[in-house]
Amino acid sequence: MLGAVDRGIFGMDAITAFFAAQPPAVLWGLGVVLGVLTLAVAVTAVLPALKPAGDFTNLRQRISSWWVMIALLAGALLIGWQAVTALFLVISFIALREFLSLAPVRREDRLIVLAAFVAMLINYLFIVIDDYGLYRVFIPTYVFLIIPFLMACIGQTRAFLATTATFHWAIVTCVYNLGYIAFLMRTPASEALPAGAAGLVFFLLVATEANDVAQYIWGKLFGRRKIVPKVSPNKTWEGFLGGWLTTGLLIWFVGPVFTPLSGIGLAVLAIFLPVAGFAGDVTMSAIKRDIGVKDTSALIPGHGGLLDRADSLTFTAPLYFHILAYFALGHF
Amino acid sequence: MRLFRRLVLVLIARPIARIFTGADIVGRERLPLKGPAILVANHASHVDTILMLTLYPSKGLDRVRPAAAADYFLRGGLISWLSNTIIGIVPVARDKAGAGVDVLAPVREALKAGDIILIFPEGTRGDGEAMSDFKSGVARLAADVPEAPVIPVWLQGAGRVLPKGGVVPVPMNCTVLVGEPLHWQGDKTTFMTELRQRMEDLHAKAPPQRWA
Repeated sequence: MLGAVDRGIFGMDAITAFFAAQPPAVLWGLGVVLGVLTLAVAVTAVLPALKPAGDFTNLRQRISSWWVMIALLAGALLIGWQAVTALFLVISFIALREFLSLAPVRREDRLIVLAAFVAMLINYLFIVIDDYGLYRVFIPTYVFLIIPFLMACIGQTRAFLATTATFHWAIVTCVYNLGYIAFLMRTPASEALPAGAAGLVFFLLVATEANDVAQYIWGKLFGRRKIVPKVSPNKTWEGFLGGWLTTGLLIWFVGPVFTPLSGIGLAVLAIFLPVAGFAGDVTMSAIKRDIGVKDTSALIPGHGGLLDRADSLTFTAPLYFHILAYFALGHF
Repeated sequence: MRLFRRLVLVLIARPIARIFTGADIVGRERLPLKGPAILVANHASHVDTILMLTLYPSKGLDRVRPAAAADYFLRGGLISWLSNTIIGIVPVARDKAGAGVDVLAPVREALKAGDIILIFPEGTRGDGEAMSDFKSGVARLAADVPEAPVIPVWLQGAGRVLPKGGVVPVPMNCTVLVGEPLHWQGDKTTFMTELRQRMEDLHAKAPPQRWA
């Protein structure tokens, strides 16, 4: 009897200690995210009464999927760099698999696809051993050279150059750029961080997704002038500029809570991150249009494929990392 | 043994298939949960069978049995054990066809016993691009068991994960498209033409998960 009580108290202690060890800003931030999501659920519960003719299945699916995505990311962030690295390895794997399955890859390149997955594993190994010098050059320099060489060894020269570009684009966006997010978690505690390494990653994800959502809402409310009609007919100047302003202000005012940036560094982030998010979205849309698909898979109900959700992140992650490294972090 | 098969397929094969193929499915609700029923699919890889079994709703899974070449899958050893215990094949002695033997008898029996039979009417694995001609066995089965709906299924991309003759599987997304069921109307040519047309229609709707 006593033993059971002891264990119960020990269990509670462990849970309390786990949360007490987290940066308070990250816990508050996650609380706000869950609050926003709960609000979204409440809105979808009320919407059918206001607009009985509307179909809100997709909206509901989208929000349910957000719960799962946020639970996975929040869990990993609270556990630590090992969990974040493992999660982003899986995310890179799925994104790369989606990309190389749809992009024009030749029958002879089947084992090159396998080589791309091996490159992915090595890329993440450099995060595990915390070696930024190797990480920085491995994919952009050496994988860039080795993949075409292996293709030359196989010997199919038809569409050779276009295929090397396909592989390079896939590996850089899905593996190298997304890997930066996991690498941020290796920022040592000795750096002056307001909310720990987890705060850095949390803020990147929040700013990028808030930018997607803000552009969407501004576009829905005020959108009139199309911005890239041939690529994304639903995107408008009003959505882009409104999203830019909203995310820029979010970064300027909330950024100091989670990042060590201030002054010029913070301003640079506030100006360029929203543009990078928009650019990632539009560029991936152009690729999907070229391939002739709307979604990269059906993995995430309501959203499409993983790459449909992570397209902006493939552009914002390296930019965010480099701005932090340039203005604030000594480790990189 | 049924429970063992279901556990292996759901707990071991399903996660592995997910990792290697992404396992997207369109029209899953059209897969029958009760037999007799005939699933007709294109064939490019051993992954085809695994994909069908691991994507199948657990409720109907016990009844799903692929019709498979006895000369290949019952050679003895591990492959026979896997074919019988896990995959649950209905053997077709395709090498005895034309010698006056009713090679489809075991399949007919299984259908009449209420099984859901998976058939690859091309008879063998192709290159994953164009379908070869269908063997007429599927029409004979549909005629013999007319109460069984025939469900066309297009398997896109499995031939890239593990092509015929391939040894190393490579992760590539695959998509399974399940079509509307078709029923035997009494004429073989009409049936075969209609079935092929339905398969081509599904093929046209598949995402471009194919070699350039």
